[in-house]
Amino acid sequence: MATAEQPRVRARIIHPLLVRIVHWINAFAIVCMVMSGWAIYNASPLFGFDFPRWATLGGWLGGAIAWHLAAMWLLVANGLIYIGYGFLAGHFRRHFLPLRPRNLLRDTKDALTFKLAHQPGIYNAVQRLMYIAVLLLGVLVVASGLSIWKPVQLDALADLFGGYDTARRVHFVAMAGIVAFVVVHLALVLIVPSTLLPMLTGRAPRHAHGKTSKQEQQA
Amino acid sequence: MSDKKKDVPKNSELQPELVQLQRRLFLRSGLSLGALSLLSGCNLQDGDQVDKVLWAMSRWNDRVQSMLFRPSHLAPTYPASMITKPFPFNAFYDADSAPEIDGDTYKLEVSGLVRDKRSWNLAQLRALPQASQITRHICIEGWSAIGQWSGVPFRTFLAHIGADTTAKYVGFKCADRYYSSIDMATALHPQTILALDFGQEPLPTEYGYPLKLRVPTKLGFKNPKHIAAIFVTNENPGGYWEDQGYNWFSGS
Repeated sequence: MATAEQPRVRARIIHPLLVRIVHWINAFAIVCMVMSGWAIYNASPLFGFDFPRWATLGGWLGGAIAWHLAAMWLLVANGLIYIGYGFLAGHFRRHFLPLRPRNLLRDTKDALTFKLAHQPGIYNAVQRLMYIAVLLLGVLVVASGLSIWKPVQLDALADLFGGYDTARRVHFVAMAGIVAFVVVHLALVLIVPSTLLPMLTGRAPRHAHGKTSKQEQQA
Repeated sequence: MSDKKKDVPKNSELQPELVQLQRRLFLRSGLSLGALSLLSGCNLQDGDQVDKVLWAMSRWNDRVQSMLFRPSHLAPTYPASMITKPFPFNAFYDADSAPEIDGDTYKLEVSGLVRDKRSWNLAQLRALPQASQITRHICIEGWSAIGQWSGVPFRTFLAHIGADTTAKYVGFKCADRYYSSIDMATALHPQTILALDFGQEPLPTEYGYPLKLRVPTKLGFKNPKHIAAIFVTNENPGGYWEDQGYNWFSGS
């Protein structure tokens, strides 16, 4: 993988094809899971609110559950491919590590003061933390989801979450964390739109001035 | 999902500049989310292509769940102190509309792949061995409640009627027009009981008097109340909610 220090690299592949395919399938699966999940939540709200009907998927409880349990397979299969690739091909190690507290503090400060540089293909410490966190939330949402889908057959898993009712809450909180990630993720794409094209083509945009670093500011 | 293609601009509109392409691709992903919102109309009820996929996935989920099902694995049981009071009422009608059944004239009909098709009255059912359990009823809506149900272990009843336990399904017809069905493996599970009592009392009207199937390994809607007839079959009898799109197996 090329680094930002290399000048004038033509059309570097910063997102391998597999990562791009998995990313967009994941985007579709997560939208289906969240919207149908909100419809299921509305059938028996855990907290003092429900989700607006336009933000739900499935039309009625049976339809929402059918969507949720169908997209579940897509999400899990896609997620396993990504995690397998992430570990075996060194993708996680290369892009998300190392994550040093010192860098995290520096990048957080820069991000909050709108000074954080965006470098295509290189993730800053804040991004690394967010990607690692959302991956862990993904594992948590699937594990807690399995435990409320099969609280009898997988009762040991449900017990791990403190029983059926607590597992429902864990599932909700993990969902909320993922949705928060998606909101920030989409906000960054809006602020730095040039990051979107590489997620489709895999190639970093060619810049007039050789170096790709410090060209764009990102919140 | 094929709608997505219609959202792609015509080739003649495309300009070579990356920036323009980028804007278009960004627009397209926005429109795709719009297309997704159209899918929210797909609800298993109108038989379009998406619904067919959803139904096919639901049948796939049936198969996975029957593989996950462990015939001798018991559902968690709870102490009496954890029983939910009051226990929620849930049905496709109001509690006031629950059928009033005269226990003295009540008959449970038996048919299908069984040796003995004689019907049963309540005294005969109470003369069979009884079992009691405190388990969690989990509703498809997400809430759950703990209750105590007692009655005849269903596999004991199936043995008494000489049911063909190699048959695939056991179906139920209820006095409240409800109907449902379960797989034979679940019917033979040690905690599946033909419940006559809720707590220490005969089942109250709203909880299924005089006879309810209590299956702690299934979601609540697979626990039919006011059972009037039981039949053993190799043809999937479906169910009131199952036929509308609830997953048939719905194991917990």
